Amino acid sequence: MNHLGLITKREFLNKVKNKSFILMTFLSPLIMVGVITLVVYLTQLNNDKVHTISVLDESELFANEFVDTESTKYDRLESIDLETAKKLVQETGNYGLLYIPKGDNIDAIADKIKFFSEESPSLMVMDRIEDKIEEKARNIKLKNSGLDPVAVNKLKVKINANLETFEGEKTSKEGSLLKLAAGGIAGYLLFMFIIIYGNMIMRSVIEEKTSRIIEVIISSVKPTQLLLGKIFGTTLAGITQFLTWVIVGGLLFVIVSAVFGIDIAGAQMEQQQEVLNQVANNPAAQDGFNVLLQEFLNLPIANLIVMFIFFFIGGYLLYASLYAAIGAAVDNETDTQQFMLPIIMPLMLAIYVGFFTVIENPHGTVSQVFSYIPFTSPVVMLMRIPFGVPIWQQLISLVLLFGTFFVTVLLAAKIYRVGILMYGKKPSYKELAKWLKY
Amino acid sequence: MDNLLVAENIVKNFGEFRALNNVSIEVPKGSIFGLLGPNGAGKTTLIRIINQIAMPDEGLVILDGENLKPEHIRDIGYLPEERGLYKTMKVGEQALYLAQLKGLSKAEAKKQLKYWFDKFEIGDWWNKKIQELSKGMAQKIQFIVTVLHKPKLLIFDEPFSGFDPINANMIKDEILQLRDEGATVIFSTHRMESVEELCDNIALIHESNKILDGKLLDIKREYKSNTFEIGLLTDHKAEVIQNLKEKFQVTDATFKTINDELKFNIKIENGASPNQLISHLTSKGELTHFVEVIPSVNDIFIQTVQNN
Repeated sequence: MNHLGLITKREFLNKVKNKSFILMTFLSPLIMVGVITLVVYLTQLNNDKVHTISVLDESELFANEFVDTESTKYDRLESIDLETAKKLVQETGNYGLLYIPKGDNIDAIADKIKFFSEESPSLMVMDRIEDKIEEKARNIKLKNSGLDPVAVNKLKVKINANLETFEGEKTSKEGSLLKLAAGGIAGYLLFMFIIIYGNMIMRSVIEEKTSRIIEVIISSVKPTQLLLGKIFGTTLAGITQFLTWVIVGGLLFVIVSAVFGIDIAGAQMEQQQEVLNQVANNPAAQDGFNVLLQEFLNLPIANLIVMFIFFFIGGYLLYASLYAAIGAAVDNETDTQQFMLPIIMPLMLAIYVGFFTVIENPHGTVSQVFSYIPFTSPVVMLMRIPFGVPIWQQLISLVLLFGTFFVTVLLAAKIYRVGILMYGKKPSYKELAKWLKY
Repeated sequence: MDNLLVAENIVKNFGEFRALNNVSIEVPKGSIFGLLGPNGAGKTTLIRIINQIAMPDEGLVILDGENLKPEHIRDIGYLPEERGLYKTMKVGEQALYLAQLKGLSKAEAKKQLKYWFDKFEIGDWWNKKIQELSKGMAQKIQFIVTVLHKPKLLIFDEPFSGFDPINANMIKDEILQLRDEGATVIFSTHRMESVEELCDNIALIHESNKILDGKLLDIKREYKSNTFEIGLLTDHKAEVIQNLKEKFQVTDATFKTINDELKFNIKIENGASPNQLISHLTSKGELTHFVEVIPSVNDIFIQTVQNN
């Protein structure tokens, strides 16, 4: 068993010392942070520009509605006709001209409201303007019908069902969304890892075959040991890369926001401030906010992290042994295509079941069944866990997963043992089945 | 005689195909054993069974008096025909890794590697990657990692392929030296002249069956046909050959000489002394060439395989 350690160490070091691996490990977070910074920067650049919109209100009904804000200024034009106003706006280079004509009643006016501009205006700007006019128009119509707009507003009922579990924990729809996000990210991450590192193992098996070192090695160690060593070594390399990403990415974010990103932090602060203000002004919202915060803290985070590690190891080992068997069966990477489908299918299925069925009903029959099937359980169970899965269910799923791994790795080892010494022909599934009997 | 390795009635099937059919070999301690046979005869399968890469379906392998078991791996050094090294790994690291897989401690492996690297004068390769080396250079590393752990049994499958004549000669000398130091060698090759030169015993496998084995000298004795290659200087060539043909079995022969001799082969009766032939020949002219035709391994190989 000492050999297993040696092989694992070599596989790990070989991966980690690889130039492209190092490059990917340190470059990926850089690129990620770079892209995000760029996006944030560009968005701010966009928002920084103050639009000035000229308003020609012939109806004189909306006089008080257009109040300047930080990003939009309103310039009221008075006692000129539309054509003059258009020319004027073009000359001054203002963003656009809002034209509200005279009319007998609100509906007639509303139909004829126009917005002139050089380029088509941004949706956000138009939304804001339309909202303002709509609200005012509604209020005018309410008044015309003899109703008090303030009284009508009071009649509005906002429904936000307060969810509560039987145990008395408060939850909310937003909380469900949070759970979904947490589970979804965990499940998707696992899916990506399995594919990326599974391929890595496959390539490493093919490399040993094409460099013909394989027979030298297996005259010293059992093929099964070599297989396990490869799987463990690559797993460690994967975990190393992942942790590096998390750490480097985190550090970079801190650095970037400290150096250039006062704006990023500022923007976030502003948003937070806004939210806090809203919350402060509205006792009901405050309650909702607290619930959400509570929700986040109530997420079975510890459970999720622990299970992420276990399901990652189990699911990864299961798929890695399949990838290794494929690598052993073929001579080069192009021949792997025909065998990839049966591996990708259950993974895709797991992702789809996760994103459609688990959202619909996290504890429904389909969700439950797929969270037990070993080939889909790592992804599906991780998506279910934030919604609260009894620990015994998680354990059964884990036992099934690891049990299947042991069976699969035995079968994979058989294919591997025969495959690594076979050159020249691309085997069919029938032949692979025959190899199991050798 | 004391045998290091005995394989008894080995049978190995791959599905319907029988790769080895009741093959038995005995490899005496301290000898060089030639495992011969046409392509696809089953040599590599037998070697893999000895290396425990494959398991026999029937039969028994005994190494140094014990049934073959996993611990024996470190007693065997195997240089496969399909060989290679990790291309992107450094020579030294790689050799250390392979030596440790064979059970050497890191310190011991380093010591041995230093000895061999000095011996082959390749100490400065330590930090090179295999892909920077030529094929011959890589083969040297491969040879070193095969013998590094001082195994009792060395198995070489086509050891000279990829070497130039100078390096091939060096490897040959190393093999002989290892034999002299007590190692037993199994040697599989298609280069018959090296079998001739090195092997004490041979076994010939053809279509999954062993069709010939024993000491090389015994086999040669068995295959010799009491034929002599003769060169005779005479002025009356036609007359002499006519005369000889009446008394002996005469066939044509070609070999190189510096004179214009009459050249022919004569086969004498089993057990008859060549002296009589010689005195008869000397009476006919001047005898310049008289050699017993000893069958080469090449001849034996071709003859045996074709007869089966």
